Amino acid sequence: MLVLHRAASRGAPLSRYLSIYKISQTPIYRLHSTLPAARLNIPTDFSTTSILEHTSQSALNNPEIPTDTRNGTTKRMNLFQSINDALSLALAADESVILFGEDVAFGGVFRCSMGLAENFGSERVFNTPLSEQGIVGFGIGAAAEGMKAIAEIQFADYVYPAFDQLVNEAAKFRYRDGTEGRNSGGLTVRMPCGGVGHGALYHSQSPESLFTHIPGLRVIMPRSPIQAKGLLLSAIASNDPCVFMEPKALYRAAVEQVPTGLYYLPLSKAEILKEGSDLTIVSYGHPLYTCSAAIEKAEKDLGISIELIDLRTVYPWDKECVLKSVRKTGRCVVVHESMINAGIGAEVAASIQEDKETFLRLEAPVMRVAGWSIHMALMFERFNIPDVARVYDIIKRAVEF
Amino acid sequence: MRLPRMRAPAFTLPATPNVSTHRIHIRRCYSSLGQKPGSTSVHFPGAIHSKFSNTLQFYQTPSPIDTYRAMSQDGDIVDSEYTPEPDTLALELYENMLKVSILDVIMFDAQRQGRLSFYMTGQGEEGTCVGSASALSKDDVIFCQYREAGVFAQRGFTFDDFMSQLFANSKDTGKGRNMPVHYGSKALNIHTISSPLATQIPHASGAAYALKMQRLTNPNIPPRVVACYFGEGAASEGDFHAALNIAATRSCPVVFICRNNGYAISTPTLEQYRGDGIASRGTGYGIDTIRVDGNDIWAVREVTKRARELALKDGGRPVLIEAMSYRISHHSTSDDSFAYRQRVEVEDWKRRDNPITRLRKYLEKKKAWDDDKESAARGRIRREALKAFAQAEKEKKPPMRSMFEDIYEEMTPETKEQMRELKSMIERYPDEYDVSEYEGGKDTLAP
Repeated sequence: MLVLHRAASRGAPLSRYLSIYKISQTPIYRLHSTLPAARLNIPTDFSTTSILEHTSQSALNNPEIPTDTRNGTTKRMNLFQSINDALSLALAADESVILFGEDVAFGGVFRCSMGLAENFGSERVFNTPLSEQGIVGFGIGAAAEGMKAIAEIQFADYVYPAFDQLVNEAAKFRYRDGTEGRNSGGLTVRMPCGGVGHGALYHSQSPESLFTHIPGLRVIMPRSPIQAKGLLLSAIASNDPCVFMEPKALYRAAVEQVPTGLYYLPLSKAEILKEGSDLTIVSYGHPLYTCSAAIEKAEKDLGISIELIDLRTVYPWDKECVLKSVRKTGRCVVVHESMINAGIGAEVAASIQEDKETFLRLEAPVMRVAGWSIHMALMFERFNIPDVARVYDIIKRAVEF
Repeated sequence: MRLPRMRAPAFTLPATPNVSTHRIHIRRCYSSLGQKPGSTSVHFPGAIHSKFSNTLQFYQTPSPIDTYRAMSQDGDIVDSEYTPEPDTLALELYENMLKVSILDVIMFDAQRQGRLSFYMTGQGEEGTCVGSASALSKDDVIFCQYREAGVFAQRGFTFDDFMSQLFANSKDTGKGRNMPVHYGSKALNIHTISSPLATQIPHASGAAYALKMQRLTNPNIPPRVVACYFGEGAASEGDFHAALNIAATRSCPVVFICRNNGYAISTPTLEQYRGDGIASRGTGYGIDTIRVDGNDIWAVREVTKRARELALKDGGRPVLIEAMSYRISHHSTSDDSFAYRQRVEVEDWKRRDNPITRLRKYLEKKKAWDDDKESAARGRIRREALKAFAQAEKEKKPPMRSMFEDIYEEMTPETKEQMRELKSMIERYPDEYDVSEYEGGKDTLAP
């Protein structure tokens, strides 16, 4: 639990946390193969991946970012630093923003709230007692009375005590208030999610599907520091309650040039990361790096061209973008880390075959690569999380169908 | 709920190939955990005022917390410190208690006749609701459970407002989405009621924190508190624990008002808890707590008034009030309470002690009330209620479009698509769907 040990330790010099965390080379907790002939399941090279913007110029060349920010500067940030930046900008811009949860005051166990209590005061950035239902319930009440409440759940695995508050209260608050118009839209619930190689049953879960079954909630998962900053600022600004899931494996691993100014990225809008004509891959969060690596190999080996889509918001999701792409390519693969049963892939696949126009253009069944329908077992994590080989294999099967 | 937080080891692991190790520095959170010579206690961070004892002893709450009373069952003021309120106020409170008790009788029967789907009466608890609401300022924010019609009436909710919600008609601010008795009003600063028990209690803590922060930002805002109502059954939920604890640690100006009426549907308090009611828990959270006779409207009002002052002290703090009463009514129209309690017990309570009769005795002793006034008032209130009833029952139901609105701030493409789908379905199978009672019929389903 190296990440957690480091995160939970207090008083160590800050510079230590600002160094980029490399996945440990121990044979036990790796997520890749160590066999000499491996060419697919090799570690992700975050310093060269096309998912991240490695230069200031490419980072600022983003049409979704407003002109004045694009004329500004960038700064190299990892994911936790970009989240910290977003929180800091939100707190500075609006006095009604408050940030709270377990251990956020000293900077948070993943350093996302570093320095915020010092800068904005202990009334606005504070620790709560250790009670998830209390944290979310408190956030709903504060939001209902006009605050922008940013609640942190320490790990997505511990959100379940707050499930009732999210499903029965946050999601239904506006609906039941009718013409009175009060709502809990000021609420944003942040939570680290996903596998990290050694999180086992209760430090690895991705419960996004459970929330996509709940009308009234927006469920968001960014893939990178730039995305995390812009999407988190939009979630905080949104007048709907948002569940913001942060892939914890990327906190230190994903580093890119992030615009320093203020910018908002659109919610419920997918993004085409790479254009292609023979197959569409739909994914979100951490597996996008896996997909990108698999695409590189598959395109070379099979002589095909693949389109890669990042959903970004998994509910309400950008169905139109996906359908348009699949009408063009005729094939679709969905990749996600959480288990396959009733996951995001099920909704995407069903929507594709339900749409007459898209159904008629399908050249192959919609296929899914996802976690098995099991719990995340410590010693077997690398066989459960979709890896490059599994994505590569499904691409092959989809185009050879 | 979770592993103990993973603490860093206080030692350095032996270096092994491929394992990075870090020297960890543990910072002391408390400057002195030591024991001074001759000191009678060690300052454990978790209980800094505890003294050592050389006697092994387990603790129980020493004795039950008292129940404060200002007025006897015969309507006499028994607290010599208490300053009686003017008769005009007494008459206003009496009228509001009558209002909800008459509403209860009419609506209970209406449900029995199948004219509305559900109802819950609050007989025996009118005093707790009307008395406490009368002590709050109109800017104070209120969260309710569902048996607080008296709070709504005292704040100015009219018979028309009650009836629109109960009949879920086009004037219902809830747009016909909620079950009956799930009232709400922005103008009266009362949040809309939801069925899940106790969920509103942590909302009250968060809302109180918001009011506190808003006043810090803008001192011109008058000081406000949040009041939160719940029953003794709901206090068994985890949300009660979460709410009181966070209200205490964040110093929130919130008054928690527990209606302890002896039953949670069929479950008597003996099966609900084994401590000294709900009040004894408050002190465990470090919260100022009081128990009051819920059938004594003056005691309830006085206690709430003081609790409100206390909640605004020192930048804010929570207060817990436990109001003792007896649930004379059935739990709801879906419940026959004689299946689990004796009719004679209920009749006995009705006769022996009731908040309405107690205030009536008080007023009669002051020559401010008599039998003629009583029957005139009851007749007038009943006519008002029945007029509102007839009017509300006649109204159309809300437009069908309402079912798809307000899920999000703006309707999503998915929802628009589903609305079109339903409209087309109704158009293709006109004999299968009766939409005539809805304002605007199926046409409001156009995106």
